[in-house]
Amino acid sequence: MTRKTDETTLPAGARSRPSSSSEAVRSALTELGLSAFAIVLALVISALLMVTLGYNVALAYQSMFRGAFGSLHGISQTLLRATPLLFTGFAVAIAFRAGLFNIGAEGQLYWGALACALVALTVEGLPQPIAVGLPLLAAGIAGFLWGAVPGILKAKTGAHEVITSIMLNSIAIFATTHITSRYFKAPGAVDQTERIVAAAVMPQIIPGTGLTAGILLGVAIAALVAWFFGHTALGYDFQAVGRNADAAEYGGVSSKRIQVLAMGFGGIMAGVAGGIVVLSLLNRFVANFSPGYGFTGIAVAVLGRGNPWGVVLAALLFGALDSGGMSMQLFARIPSDLTIVVQGLVIILVAAPAALRAMVRWRKPKVEPVDVA
Amino acid sequence: MHAVELHDITKRFGTLVANKAVHLTVTRGEVHCLLGENGAGKTTLMKILFGLYQADSGSIRVNEKPALIRRPDDAISLGIGMVHQHFMLVPRLTVTENVIAGSEVSRNGFLDMNAAVEDITKLAERYRLRVAARARVENISVGQQQRVEILKALYRKADILILDEPTAVLTPQETDDLFEIIRRLKSDGKTVIFITHKLRETMAISDRVTVLRDGAVVDTLNTAETTPAELARRMVGRDVLLRVERPPSDIGEPLLAVRDLSVASRFGTAVESISFTVRAGEILGIAGVEGNGQLELEEAIVGLRKVSSGTMTVRGKELGSGPDARRMVGMAHIPSDRLRRGVVPDFSVAWNLILGSQWRSPFSRNGAFSRKQINEHAERVVAQYGVRCGSIEAPVRSLSGGNQQKLVVARELSRKPEVVIACQPTRGVDVGAIEYIHNQLLAMRAAGKAILLISAELDEVRALSDRILVMYEGRIVAERSSDAGESELGLLMAGHQAEAG
Repeated sequence: MTRKTDETTLPAGARSRPSSSSEAVRSALTELGLSAFAIVLALVISALLMVTLGYNVALAYQSMFRGAFGSLHGISQTLLRATPLLFTGFAVAIAFRAGLFNIGAEGQLYWGALACALVALTVEGLPQPIAVGLPLLAAGIAGFLWGAVPGILKAKTGAHEVITSIMLNSIAIFATTHITSRYFKAPGAVDQTERIVAAAVMPQIIPGTGLTAGILLGVAIAALVAWFFGHTALGYDFQAVGRNADAAEYGGVSSKRIQVLAMGFGGIMAGVAGGIVVLSLLNRFVANFSPGYGFTGIAVAVLGRGNPWGVVLAALLFGALDSGGMSMQLFARIPSDLTIVVQGLVIILVAAPAALRAMVRWRKPKVEPVDVA
Repeated sequence: MHAVELHDITKRFGTLVANKAVHLTVTRGEVHCLLGENGAGKTTLMKILFGLYQADSGSIRVNEKPALIRRPDDAISLGIGMVHQHFMLVPRLTVTENVIAGSEVSRNGFLDMNAAVEDITKLAERYRLRVAARARVENISVGQQQRVEILKALYRKADILILDEPTAVLTPQETDDLFEIIRRLKSDGKTVIFITHKLRETMAISDRVTVLRDGAVVDTLNTAETTPAELARRMVGRDVLLRVERPPSDIGEPLLAVRDLSVASRFGTAVESISFTVRAGEILGIAGVEGNGQLELEEAIVGLRKVSSGTMTVRGKELGSGPDARRMVGMAHIPSDRLRRGVVPDFSVAWNLILGSQWRSPFSRNGAFSRKQINEHAERVVAQYGVRCGSIEAPVRSLSGGNQQKLVVARELSRKPEVVIACQPTRGVDVGAIEYIHNQLLAMRAAGKAILLISAELDEVRALSDRILVMYEGRIVAERSSDAGESELGLLMAGHQAEAG
């Protein structure tokens, strides 16, 4: 006794008005607007929370904003924190375009980081571009291989990628810890490798701030992803499988192959994220280093609505919340945990687009009648 | 005495006006057809009457009293029943259980199933709705399921019955049975509102007909005083050729040959050792009620489904696996389910027009698209085949069903194929587009291509085909020439081999 809900029960004609590309732009803007609205709403709700708990909201947001954007140092901190999220965001968003939910970015990130560090230990004497490039390549390959596993499992056995990629996260975290402590442990209490060779450390683009070329690579990747989805046959196949797998099959696309590739490509992004953290922040592999870059990547992808530039903006926002949260704690004496609350609220609000739309519509006047004839 | 009066009903979905100041008066005890193309607003209007949608403005009177209908419950208590195009039945429950669900008879708080079975059997006999009250819905035919839906409405004391495209799923014989039932309902004083886009049915069953176009009423006519041609003109807004011309054609060499093809399904055999040949300049029609293995046959031929045994050749060469191998040898495929297979609704018109050629020159080189080539191709094809879309960048989702289908036809025929597999090519398509698609297929025939037409529309098969095969339960049960009678084919489609033989 299923009754289809509104969109599907509209008469054919209700969906049949030819639209134009301006409509596509408008809907993209609406999407962007909804994300922005979600952010504002999250900040308002957090403000109410702060008031309830007796904090000074104005001071809190002021110091948050200053911390994130108020100085060169703040901006670099924001960008620095945004960099790994940018890549893990893509790790999720790319698979998402092919209709797959890559929850495994965290595990892919660990393998990428370990592979990167191990290669970066050996590139002594190579020119810097190669000394940086080779470890990143290793990170990408490791991420691809680990990322492809859920894709293969799905293609071969139908196992759902969400379940398998979650499980593979734990395996990756423990396996990388074990490998490090057993075979590559540097002297000391911490399970970590030796320091990578100096030539493999990513060059800083603003000296003294710790901000490295990783962010530039991220922006380049965003452009590459946008091109991939807009202008290549493989990108077409990805989206065809994501949007209508039956029609893709009709068009000669093997959806199983695409599933493996899409998860693998996502894995590359997460692997490179791990590599960049190693080459620009840690300068070695440290067991259990990630504060959840891979998981935050899911939120980044959702907030960016799978759009490459949306992912960039979302990563910047999360980076800003992170760096702003630090200074909020410092100057307004508000636990930086509150930024996690803000992030959580943004995600909930973005993940509930229907509720948001209802709120937006509720504020809008009635639609103008348009004649159809 | 008016059973239903709809006054000035307007309904919008976003910017689209689905119903525009509609006036409709249905007299008590008549069969009133709502005639219009897909998207004309027929179903929307009736869903408003049944309380599934709310009109933005306008008023409703039922039995000459103002009626406020907010939910289907309100409509039911006013004596209105609706049989939807897609049945709303629970397959695992019995006929009786389905009918009483929501209005169960109980005694001391317990369900009195025997009393219910008795009631329903009586009700069914009264209107000759032959169906076994204790049978499970999953085990009865589609025609019987429809009777269960009618019983559901009658059980709830409906005096006004809305039937939404009721014949779409029926064989010709079942349609005749349904018309018999409708006449009985009418003679019992019931009012029937019959939604359809088929002229012949309108002429056959209705007392009066209201024609809708683009959400507005064009006219209400007495059926006895009008003609199919006049109705078609009002429906489409221009003159329409109701019958396509099928000139004689030079039939040439065999292009597509299928030998002993069998296809397994989850429940056994879907297609059982089917053999046929389609020659150049020929349209071979496969008639049959849906669900008799046509989908499996279609998908096997075009490489989307595994074959258990048998061979398929084009120009004597055996086909490789997958749809790509078919395209390489010049096979085009108009799939039976365009929204499932034929288009990616979220993709633009331009992108949908290269589906299947996305890796081929000139659209892509080494996997990189040439936007210029893709757009030029789209502009050309859209213009040549008259696909109405806002722009080639518009998502296909935004096109009407008829234009989506035209787009699929345009894409497939613009490949310059040798063999065309056309499956349900005009399903859910308006009269104007049907005419157009039929003429395109005939043009392919005249150009010496081989066309396999698989369709559940018997009229379509008869109008276009040079030869007709009838498919029943996975087998070809008969071959007939194009002048075979409708009733003979109808019986064969229903599995009456002996009587028809």
